Amino acid sequence: MIRILFFAGLRERLHTAELELPADHIATAGDIITDLSQRGPAWAEAFSGGAPVMVAINQTMARPASKVVDGDEVAFFPPVTGG
Amino acid sequence: MIRIQHEDFDPGAEQQALEAEASGLGAVCTFTGLVRNHGDRQDVEGLFLEHYPGMTERALEAVVADAFGRWDLLSCRIIHRVGLLQLGERIVFVGVASAHRQDAFAACEFVMDALKVSAPFWKKELSAEGDHWVTQKDGDRDRAQRWSPKIDAGTP
Repeated sequence: MIRILFFAGLRERLHTAELELPADHIATAGDIITDLSQRGPAWAEAFSGGAPVMVAINQTMARPASKVVDGDEVAFFPPVTGG
Repeated sequence: MIRIQHEDFDPGAEQQALEAEASGLGAVCTFTGLVRNHGDRQDVEGLFLEHYPGMTERALEAVVADAFGRWDLLSCRIIHRVGLLQLGERIVFVGVASAHRQDAFAACEFVMDALKVSAPFWKKELSAEGDHWVTQKDGDRDRAQRWSPKIDAGTP
């Protein structure tokens, strides 16, 4: 399984902090975005590219083309605003 | 030393700790960030700060390692608060110790610039108009990009 996390405004919009996806048919972070986008209008909108979404794989910044394997932790979140 | 915590911190105590932990010390530069009453919205009453436990610590460790690679530093500490914060409360502390002031000044500014674009924290402004997730500012990205070599802040 792949563990998927959502943070901040994205977590609130999707009403989801965390979910799991089977690793079959998933090779990249982009494949996860494609899968999530099919979960309903809020999900399609969130990943439409209208608002920027960052992705991290195993707690390191990544890109949609980055490889994902079974057991990975993949997080999606808005651009960071700390400090 | 990196700490992410709900509770307040004492900048004076942190300064003393920086002075005590390094030998050959000639300069300590510190920065403290506070909750202000205006941001994306007017009449901000407070902030809620969220982070990504695990990744945030790793990202801050990477910022500190990056700073040590760029300047001659003796010690660095970062404290960042999370949770609910009221107006005027301290949010973040960065302290850098070095033999010389130039390195301490530059590294302290660099750590804040890099933190703002690469550490997974998110601020929500709380106001009478409603709550609002703060958006990342072009100005913050531009400030971070001034540093050479570039800071890796990821791409959407």
